[in-house]
Amino acid sequence: MQEPAIASIDLAPVALAGPDAASDGLRLDQALSLLAQAGWQPPPHVARHSQAWLQTVIDGLCDLSSRDALTGLANRRQFEAAIAREIDRVARVGEPALLLLADIDHFKKVNDTHGHAAGDVVIQAVASCLQDCVRPMDLVARVGGEEFAIILPNCPPAFGQTVAERIRLKVAHRPVAIVGGQQLHVTVSFGGAFAPQWVRSLTALWSERADQQLYRAKAEGRNRTCLDMPPQTSVSAEEKGLLFGNFTPPEASEASGHTGDAPITTP
Amino acid sequence: MMASMLATESPPVQTTRIARTVAVTSGKGGVGKTFFSANLAAAISRQGLKVLVLDADLGLANLDVVLNLYPKITLHDVFTGKAELDEAILAAPGGFSVLLAGSGLVEYSRLTPEIRDQLHSIFESVKPRFDVIIIDTGAGISDVVLHAVSMANEVVVVATPEPTSMTDAYATIKVLAAQQGREQLNLVVNQVTRPGDGRAICNQLQQVVERFVQSPSGSPPRLTYLGDIPQDVSVREAVQKRQLVLELHPGSPASQGLVQVATRLLARTPVPH
Repeated sequence: MQEPAIASIDLAPVALAGPDAASDGLRLDQALSLLAQAGWQPPPHVARHSQAWLQTVIDGLCDLSSRDALTGLANRRQFEAAIAREIDRVARVGEPALLLLADIDHFKKVNDTHGHAAGDVVIQAVASCLQDCVRPMDLVARVGGEEFAIILPNCPPAFGQTVAERIRLKVAHRPVAIVGGQQLHVTVSFGGAFAPQWVRSLTALWSERADQQLYRAKAEGRNRTCLDMPPQTSVSAEEKGLLFGNFTPPEASEASGHTGDAPITTP
Repeated sequence: MMASMLATESPPVQTTRIARTVAVTSGKGGVGKTFFSANLAAAISRQGLKVLVLDADLGLANLDVVLNLYPKITLHDVFTGKAELDEAILAAPGGFSVLLAGSGLVEYSRLTPEIRDQLHSIFESVKPRFDVIIIDTGAGISDVVLHAVSMANEVVVVATPEPTSMTDAYATIKVLAAQQGREQLNLVVNQVTRPGDGRAICNQLQQVVERFVQSPSGSPPRLTYLGDIPQDVSVREAVQKRQLVLELHPGSPASQGLVQVATRLLARTPVPH
């Protein structure tokens, strides 16, 4: 049995002969202080500088670089990787997927009236509210200052509005406590679009469509959901029944024997 | 004098004409859409009109295969700035012009904003130079196809009597009515084996459309039946020889059907879209 290729990458002998060399060459100190700042603890019972220990450091760094520092949500980097994967999956599998963009309404007013610390608390509260409302398979990301994105794989178009509204109402009904005992009522606007099924497309086009809907939600008065619905290409059984009701297509053998006059579509 | 003038290629007439723009689409692939577009163009040019076929099947273009052309310059070169638009407009065997996408340009199966804008600017700049522009779209109901159709004033949906083709044609009509507000669409039925089947399919489609489809204006779109193209061995031969059936077998039933479709299409007053 052949060893998997990854096993041949042996970290141990490279630069870890002495702890100092490791620290200098790999900038471990900097990595460890970044991780400590994010609340990371070195694993107990694992020898410092061992390969297993290094692995946990790398894992910690990967996690750190894919999360938003303020909210702990996926950051823009992780979001972009995830949306690129999802659009390719939908193109191949045809399963519907919804992208929701959420923007906190009148956020500038929160900052201006209550200060930036309060603004941060509001962002954190909305973030945890969004995260609470979704399935484990969904990805919630903070993609801008007060802007969030949610990727919902396997979300049928008929459910889109309900799902988005449920999240929107949850945010609206959960007041945010800020310093000084004050409670702020925060609302979000949602814009959403479904990934194009069965066709290859670009993530930029998908998010552009969602963004246009977010713009519409804002223009129509905020605290609402606007979705770009996919073209209704499905043909129901009832429609088919009527379509073939009075018309009998030529015999299958008759048709298949003479299909040669169509230009062959190159694959 | 007259003869010598006719013998030389007529210079492009500077007029203020704006072409009638016709998108040919089908939903299902393999129904003979590209073959139809090319022969329709030949039939229309025989009536003395200047015709351009724009190959908008950007990902899997095969108009060049149908016409047996080996273009050195394609839309791809125009898009990438390697050639001028005029260099990419080629003379096709049937007396019309073609603007070919070039096969295998898979990157264009994604409709990026750049491609969208480039297609539009090319389309606008060729419009004043032709009487009729036929847009041959790809198969399916993708965003590239819908966008290509959206550039045209008129739409011809090509179907065959096969149930899958009829279903896809119906789905296409539904989407075009809902998304583009199309109130009038033309139907051509290809590969018809029994006389009268084409008309029956059109009636059947119209019936379902009236029951289930609404354009944003509230009324269901009207289907105009342009005619059928009979199943014909001469078509198979023309495809294999990579020639137009109108040139190879002008008197064949398929050619007669194509000429009739062209005549009916031209007789219609273009519907502003």
